[in-house]
Amino acid sequence: MAGDEILYMHDICKDYVMADSVLHVLKNITLTVRKGQFLAILGPSGSGKSTLMNIIGCLDVPTSGDYWLAGRYVADEDETSLSHIRNREIGFVFQSFQLLQRQTALENVELPLIYANMPEKKRKERAQECLEMVGLSDKMDNYPNQLSGGQQQRVAIARAMANHPSILLADEPTGALDQRTGAQVMELFHELNDEGNTIIMITHDSKIASHAKRIVKILDGVISEGDTSDA
Amino acid sequence: MFVESFRMALRNIKSNKMRSFLTMLGIVIGVAAVIGLVTIVQGVTSRVMDEFSDLGAGMMSVSAPGTALKRGLTESDVETLRAIDGVEGVSPNLSTTGSAVKNREIFDNVTIEGDDLSYFQRNSSMLEEGRIFNASEADGNTYVCMVDKTFVTKVLNGTDPIGQTVRLNGIEYTIIGRLGANNSMMSMSDTSNSDGTVYLPYRNVMHMTGTAQIQSLEVYTKDGADSSAVESALRAALDRIYNNADNAYAVINMESLLSVMDTVSGMLTTMLGGIAAISLLVGGIGIMNMMLVSVTERTREIGLRKALGAEPRRIQIQFLMESILLSLIGGAIGIVFGLLIAFIGSSVLNTTFRISYGAIALGAGFSAAVGIIFGWMPAKRASELNPIDALRAD
Ligand SMILES: Nc1ncnc2c1ncn2[C@@H]1O[C@H](COP(=O)(O)OP(=O)(O)OP(=O)(O)O)[C@@H](O)[C@H]1O
Ligand SMILES: [Mg+2]
Repeated sequence: MAGDEILYMHDICKDYVMADSVLHVLKNITLTVRKGQFLAILGPSGSGKSTLMNIIGCLDVPTSGDYWLAGRYVADEDETSLSHIRNREIGFVFQSFQLLQRQTALENVELPLIYANMPEKKRKERAQECLEMVGLSDKMDNYPNQLSGGQQQRVAIARAMANHPSILLADEPTGALDQRTGAQVMELFHELNDEGNTIIMITHDSKIASHAKRIVKILDGVISEGDTSDA
Repeated sequence: MFVESFRMALRNIKSNKMRSFLTMLGIVIGVAAVIGLVTIVQGVTSRVMDEFSDLGAGMMSVSAPGTALKRGLTESDVETLRAIDGVEGVSPNLSTTGSAVKNREIFDNVTIEGDDLSYFQRNSSMLEEGRIFNASEADGNTYVCMVDKTFVTKVLNGTDPIGQTVRLNGIEYTIIGRLGANNSMMSMSDTSNSDGTVYLPYRNVMHMTGTAQIQSLEVYTKDGADSSAVESALRAALDRIYNNADNAYAVINMESLLSVMDTVSGMLTTMLGGIAAISLLVGGIGIMNMMLVSVTERTREIGLRKALGAEPRRIQIQFLMESILLSLIGGAIGIVFGLLIAFIGSSVLNTTFRISYGAIALGAGFSAAVGIIFGWMPAKRASELNPIDALRAD
């Protein structure tokens, strides 16, 4: 393994055992992601994208296969260390934003910092910094329902970046946005990637995927490398 | 970690004010009931106990009407009782009505009480003026007496009684002391039209009435003597005196009465406390119900928090904190209401209102325990939620 490999998957399978059958959702997936890459995982609905993302994000465990993330063998970790890995190594961006409605933009961005036990003052500063980075310095005290969809997704991106994660993991980040705001989010991703952040983006839209520097296609749980222009 | 959990818990309680309040109400009622009832019962008991022990700590009262063959007790029987181990003194209580003559005026309705010196020594607080008679004056042939306030007013026209003489049933007595209110149970009779009371050595009263029988007496135990041992020795002696006849005498041991009362009040406290504890239990179930609903409602939030890095333990602490906080706030309100109930109750029942710290500690402890016990399961459930399922939930 080269030193700049942030993620390495080998022969990952995921089966769902149903009442009368076994569904093989992911089939022998092997994937390497290097530091600083901007990767899109492109596939149609039901191809297993979200399942893969859950495994990458340590929210789910594979049925078989090996997975190293930031130098750690994930299968060896218990629930508590998995939550630490999610906190430090992964920054999630969800299709439906997943902001806490009863908390302000700033408080939402603070959440992962709270779980990293950052002292309050430092935490507030860092959260403000992240919101400034996504261009929302004037909306910090707004509640999610006082923000547009694009703004909400930018709050979610600020939250994902707060703890300097190894990977920004986005599942259909533009799925709930119109073209223009979706493009703004893609713009932001480019900026973040230019600053050296590793991004894995999941989408069914090849136009969105084309923003990425590397595309991996997934079909019925099998991945294949698309046109590669490694960063 | 606890500070943040505390803040989050507080925020959640606040954001659901109505529901939080209704849930808390169960705890409020439970704790208020525990504190109110326990404090009232303790107030009533301590008042009754105080009165009882004022009246007769270390005292047994014996009534000995005797049998057809042998009525009452004789002087030598009394001596036998005095000789019992642990007995400090025995005072026969004799009482009769007689006449007093002062300045040629006759007063017919004078209560004449005869007691032993030990009686007055025990009830020394009764003496308000002058002195009580001494041992040598108690032989039955010395004519000194004490009087009460009514006697001074009615017979002596309010003049200073000490040193005056008065004829009682024809014999001239010198007044040596004045006594105040009588605490004894034996002479609680209301005597509004009486001409007052004079107190004599009991032998004088026996001579006066020509009786040799003593039917009522008080037995005083020595300090530190085992009251029940003295009581059984006393009963044995009386059995011997009356040849084991049935119903010849009765002994009331104030100390054993006190301990019976103590037991009864303890049972009452436990019972009322138990009833109140049941209402706390109901309150606790209310909390559990609310927490379970809250966990279900916030499944998505829990999933998100887990995805962002909240450890299972932290989720558990957050929810547990919420239920503890909820029941502690309820407990605090309940303590205030309970004390209020106790205060009103004690003024209605005319007992002293004493804040029972034990009851407060009980209320606080109980509500915290309820918060932990009934919050545990919902909190555990929240911490074990699968983040994927939780995030997908709607
Ligand atoms: N918990 C589960 N139990 C059984 N089957 C599941 C479960 N989760 C996902 N699946 C199945 O796995 C397959 C892949 O699902 P997944 O959510 O990964 O698709 P996707 O590529 O993200 O699709 P979309 O673009 O619509 O989000 C689907 O056929 C789905 O029905
Ligand atoms: Mg999906």
